[in-house]
Amino acid sequence: MDLLVQFIIDAVSVGGLYALTAIGIGLIFGVVGLVNFAYGDFVMIGAYTILLTIGFYWPVTILIAALVLIMVALAADFVAFRPVRLASPETLMIVSFALSYTIQYTYVMMFGSLARTVNFLPAMSTNLEIMGIRIAGVSILQIVATIVLTGALAAFIRFTRIGYQMRAVSENPTMARLVGVDINKVIAAAFIASALLAVTVSVLYVAQTGTMTPFLGLNLTIIGFVATVIGGMGSLVGCALGGFLVGFLTTLLQLALPADLQPFREAFVFGAVVLMLLLRPGGLIMLATARERI
Amino acid sequence: MRNDPTHSWQGIVWTFLVLGIPVAVAALLLAATGPVLSRVVTDALIKLTMVVGLYIFIGNSGIFSFGHAAFIVVGSYASAWMTIPPTFKKVILPGLPAFMQSIHLDPFTGGLVGVLLAVVLAFVIGLALMRLAGIAASIASFAFFSVIVVIYNNWTGWTKGTASLVGLPVYAGPKLALAAALIAMLLALLFQYSRYGLLLRATREDAVAARAAGVEVERMRLIAFVVSAAVVAAGGVLQGHFNGALTTTANVHLNLTFLILAMLVVGGMRSLAGAVIGVAILAFVAELLRQLERGWQIGDVTITAPSGLGQVGLGIVMLVVLISRPQGLTKGREIPMPGWLSRRERQGDANLIESTQNAR
Repeated sequence: MDLLVQFIIDAVSVGGLYALTAIGIGLIFGVVGLVNFAYGDFVMIGAYTILLTIGFYWPVTILIAALVLIMVALAADFVAFRPVRLASPETLMIVSFALSYTIQYTYVMMFGSLARTVNFLPAMSTNLEIMGIRIAGVSILQIVATIVLTGALAAFIRFTRIGYQMRAVSENPTMARLVGVDINKVIAAAFIASALLAVTVSVLYVAQTGTMTPFLGLNLTIIGFVATVIGGMGSLVGCALGGFLVGFLTTLLQLALPADLQPFREAFVFGAVVLMLLLRPGGLIMLATARERI
Repeated sequence: MRNDPTHSWQGIVWTFLVLGIPVAVAALLLAATGPVLSRVVTDALIKLTMVVGLYIFIGNSGIFSFGHAAFIVVGSYASAWMTIPPTFKKVILPGLPAFMQSIHLDPFTGGLVGVLLAVVLAFVIGLALMRLAGIAASIASFAFFSVIVVIYNNWTGWTKGTASLVGLPVYAGPKLALAAALIAMLLALLFQYSRYGLLLRATREDAVAARAAGVEVERMRLIAFVVSAAVVAAGGVLQGHFNGALTTTANVHLNLTFLILAMLVVGGMRSLAGAVIGVAILAFVAELLRQLERGWQIGDVTITAPSGLGQVGLGIVMLVVLISRPQGLTKGREIPMPGWLSRRERQGDANLIESTQNAR
C-alpha cells in the first residue's frame, strides 16, 4: 500500500514536470503551428540564469529568470520565426532546430560543456514524512506547480480576450486575421506564456537535480515532443495527459524492469511511443481542426 | 515545374553530368593537393552520399526523418563485425559469439552485409512507420533511432557499448568516396525519374488527392525509405572505414543527423542540386570554422577562437539561409537545361503542362 502511494507520488511528480514541458511545446504548436525544438533550450537558459543570479533572494532570482526567458522567447519569435511564418511546418521545424543548436553551442562557448552545480532552494530537497511515506519537497512543488499553472493557463485561454483570440488563430489563422485579430500580438502572447512555463520547469529542474549542462534542454525537448505527440498535437489537455503518461511509464519501468534490462529502459519508452503512434496516429485526443482536410 | 529537367531521360543525363562533373573535378583536384585536404574532401563526399540518401526519402516524400542515423549505426557496425581481422577481433570484442569471431570478409562484401542489414531493418520498420505522416512520422522516426542507439549502447558484447570500437580496416579514400557519392546521385536521379518517384512526389504534393487517384501512398513511401536507408547506410559504412573507429554515443549521431539535415535543407530539400550545393557550402563553412577553432597565426601570436564557435557559426549560417530563403538556396529547383539541348523535348512538355494547368 505504502509502496503504491509512493509510486503514485513519484509518477505524478515526474509526470507533472513532463506535462509542463509538453504544454509549453503544445501551446506554441497549437497557436503558431511551430514544432519548437528550441523549447528545451529556453529551459536551459532559465537554469543558467538561476546559476548566475543565485546570490539574490530566491523570488528575485526567479523573477529575473522569468524576465530573461520572456525576452529570449520574444526575440526568438521576432528574429527567427516571424520571417518564416508562411513557410511549411517542416521548414519551421528545421529553423527551430537550427536555433536550438546555435543556443546550445553559444552556451558551450560561454560556460563550457562541463556540468555546473548549484544549490537552489535547498529547503525543497529535504524529505517530508507524511503518514509514514517519504516525500521529497520538490515532488510536492512539482505537483502543485503543475496543477496551478495548468489551471491558470486554461482559465487564461478560456476567459480572457487574448485567450479567445488565441483559440481563433489556432483554429483558422486566415479567418482570424480577416475579422481583425492582431496575429503578431496573439503569437507574442503565446510565446510569453510558454516562456513562463519554461521558467517553471527551469526552477523545478534546478531545485531537483542541482546540476546543469548546455545540453540539458535536449532530453526535455524530446520528452516534451513524445508527450505532445502521444497526447495529440495542439490539444493542451492532450499534452498534459501525454506528459503524465510518459512520466508514469518511466517510473513504472524503473520499478518493474529487472536489473539487467534497466539500461534498456529508454528503448522501452520509445518503443511504446512508436506503438502508440501506430495505434492512434492522431494522439489520444485528436482535434477536429488538426485533421487534414480535403 | 516547367524548368524541372528530370522529367525526361535527357534531363537525367544532363542533371547527373552538370552536378557530377564539378563534384568530381573539385574533389580530385583538392584531394591531389595533400593529405590534409584529401581527408576533408573524403569526409565531405561521405556526407554527400548520406545527404543524397536522405534526399531520396525526404525530398520525394516530403516527410522529415530524424531516424536515418540508425541505419548509419546498424550498417557500420555490421561492416565492422565482418571486416575486422579475426585475430584482432578476439582481443577487441571477446563477447562476440564464436561463429562471428571467425568471419573475415573482404571490405566490399562486408560493406554489402552492412547495407543489406540496414535494408532489412528499414523494410521491417518502414512497414509500420510509413503509415504515419507529418510530424508524427518525424517523431516516430526519432523514437526508432533512440531505440536502436540505446540497444547498441548497452549491447556491450557486440558493440563495446559506450567505449568506441576501433580496429576497422581503413580503406575509404577520396576516390572510393567519390565513386559512392556519384553512384548515390545516379540512383537518386533514376528513382526520381521512375514511376515510383513520380507517384511518391504526387503524394507529397497532396496525399489525399493522390490516394483518391489510386496511388498506394504507404507502398511508395516504403520503397523510397528502403532505397534511402541503403544509400545512407553505405555512407555510414564508408565513414566507419574512413575514421577506423565507431561509437554508439547518441550525441555524436544527433550532431551528424543535424548536420546532414542542415545540408539538405540549406541547399533546398526538393532537388538533387539542392542536396549537392548544400553539402558543398556547409562542408566549406564547417571546415573554415574548424580552422578558426584550431587557431591561426599573426606574427608571433596565435589566436584561437573559443571551442563551440564552429557549431555556433554553422547554426547561424543555417538560420540566415533559412530565414532569407525558406525553400533553400535552390528553392527546390534543378539546374535548368539550356534551350538548345531540350528544345524538342520542351515542346511536348510545355503542351502537357499547359493542358494540366488549364484543367485546374
